[in-house]
Amino acid sequence: MTRAFFAILRRDLALALRAGGGAGIGVIFFLALVMVVPLAIGPDQKLLSQIGPAILWIGALLASLLGLDRVFGADAEDGSLDLLLLAPLPLEIIAFAKALAHWLATGLPLVIATPLLGLLLGVEMKALGATALMLLIGTPAIAFLGSIGAGLAASLPRSGLLIAVLIVPFTIPVLIFGTAATAAAVAEASLFGTAFKLLCALALFSFVIGPVAAAAALRIGRSA
Amino acid sequence: MPRTPRMKVSDLANPNRFLRLSRWMIPLFAVAALALLAYGFYLGFQAPPERDQGYMFRIMFVHVPSAWLALGVYTMMACAALGTLVWRHPLSDVAQKAAAPLGAAFALICLVTGSIWGYPTWGTFWEWDGRLTSMLVLFLIYLGIIALWRAFDEPLQAAKAVAILTLVGFINIPIVKFSVDWWSGLHQKASVFRLDGPTMHPVYLHPLLICALGFSFLFGAMLMLAMRTEIARRRVRTLTLFAAREAS
Amino acid sequence: MQLTASSISCVRGGRALYDGLSFSLSSGELLLLNGPNGSGKTSLLRQIAGLLPLDTGTIAFEGFDRAEETHFVGHAPAIKDALTVSENLSFWCDLYGRSGASPEAALKQLKLAPLASLPGRVLSAGQKRRLALARLVAIRRSLWLLDEPDTALDAEGRATLLEIIAGHRARGGMVVMASHGTLNVAASCALALDEHAKAAAA
Repeated sequence: MTRAFFAILRRDLALALRAGGGAGIGVIFFLALVMVVPLAIGPDQKLLSQIGPAILWIGALLASLLGLDRVFGADAEDGSLDLLLLAPLPLEIIAFAKALAHWLATGLPLVIATPLLGLLLGVEMKALGATALMLLIGTPAIAFLGSIGAGLAASLPRSGLLIAVLIVPFTIPVLIFGTAATAAAVAEASLFGTAFKLLCALALFSFVIGPVAAAAALRIGRSA
Repeated sequence: MPRTPRMKVSDLANPNRFLRLSRWMIPLFAVAALALLAYGFYLGFQAPPERDQGYMFRIMFVHVPSAWLALGVYTMMACAALGTLVWRHPLSDVAQKAAAPLGAAFALICLVTGSIWGYPTWGTFWEWDGRLTSMLVLFLIYLGIIALWRAFDEPLQAAKAVAILTLVGFINIPIVKFSVDWWSGLHQKASVFRLDGPTMHPVYLHPLLICALGFSFLFGAMLMLAMRTEIARRRVRTLTLFAAREAS
Repeated sequence: MQLTASSISCVRGGRALYDGLSFSLSSGELLLLNGPNGSGKTSLLRQIAGLLPLDTGTIAFEGFDRAEETHFVGHAPAIKDALTVSENLSFWCDLYGRSGASPEAALKQLKLAPLASLPGRVLSAGQKRRLALARLVAIRRSLWLLDEPDTALDAEGRATLLEIIAGHRARGGMVVMASHGTLNVAASCALALDEHAKAAAA
């Protein structure tokens, strides 16, 4: 069982990193998003550094939603999904492994890029650290929730936008608590405790509901 | 005229009884809806204008019931989703599909009436009020469900996928509402203006409940109508597929 | 070991592809599915595999557990372009359990050994098909469900395929195979699906 789990994790990571796209393009998109905000608002340094963490969160959310269609879509196209459904490993575990691989390949690079991009927005050091740390918990939650959308749309072509539309409402709590925790960490407000705990609870919740719902969706998708 | 194939097709199996029942239930529900709404609005307009909001508060008789219905329809869709996935009732998926645009419409009516109601107080057509924001998210969820319906070719496969999405949404909606309320509490100073007015005096509550009941009957009538349309649509689809087979 | 199907049917897009289908298969036997495209060969294989639900009837698996003993080789070869040939095969072996020949031996038997470290994207259609078949050798399972396994294979490939099928049957394995009739295999029994469809429509 463990061997099979890591086999999937390794394979999906290899595929994400080798095939064009993967880690690089998510970060580039993140950069592009962070760039357009000052261009649209104007280079008001004070304003930018204030809303900087929020922009970083939004950018990370949108960049995370990209590429979700590849989580199960590629396997659906080449017939691998049938074999995954018939494998001895429970489909929920397989879905968990794939969502984890997706986060490692696309979400984690975003977290690492956050401090650098935050400098572009003039965000102060302490806030940079807080944002990156909160994103470290928030991005897996987004990835696992996103895997539900990926599972639902696995057999549909060009489903990237559809998945984003389906999943964004469910990621709103992550965004709310994540940004609140970030702001509270910087201001050293007592609110931090609540927001942080809720964010962690959401992440744990997503680790369960994500693979379970994605597996259910995949089973349905194949019986066609 | 193609001969009727011997099919054990679940989407044609059971609807005849429903079709017979709905033929008289729809007019019945429509009449009940009209009567209740007429009475409810009549009572509502009789009630004295609310102290702070003047006559605008009367929009509450549309706004509040549509909020209740937007949520109620979602709950009904969640039950139908269970019907599709767990009990495999043949009409569940038809009910699910028919309900989604109706629920979205109620959510939209709630948002629009809320916006109109709030305009005199806020000075703008929108405020990121906790309640309205939650309703906006619910509206977005409805739109996602409708989009997913349209994304699949095969209606039965679509029904199961949408069922899962609906149930995931059902679990998440309380979480979203909680987080939005929390967020609203963080960012707004003590809100003086509560969108559904002061604690309900019976003179407002009774018309409100009657209107809510009236809108529910209206929903029921429209749901059955939409289900009939969907059943007809599927029949056409099946016959079209069959004709294509026969021709080749 | 015995596989028995009783009165199974399949409804797709509102019409019955087949109805009232019954057959049984024992160790060492091969069931050949004939019929034109769209007659339901793939659907039947998927129903036996458990990927597609049965609309009516039952399928009984006696003497073995379907989940643990079934191999499904579908139209699409399930090969990743970005992984090498041996990585592709090793992955499935790791996931399904290495119970048969080693991946290296399997590749050798399918004449793919020289290509082992090449990425999937450079393989021809025939080579991809052989890589998919290598799974059958590397992971030992009793029931093989093969959907037109000879597609894109040359004469040598077909000979190898017949070899491994014969070896599998000699060890007591069962095979259900969909074919266009291009493979010269000794079937124990055959099912012509287009006749069944006509019976269903009558």
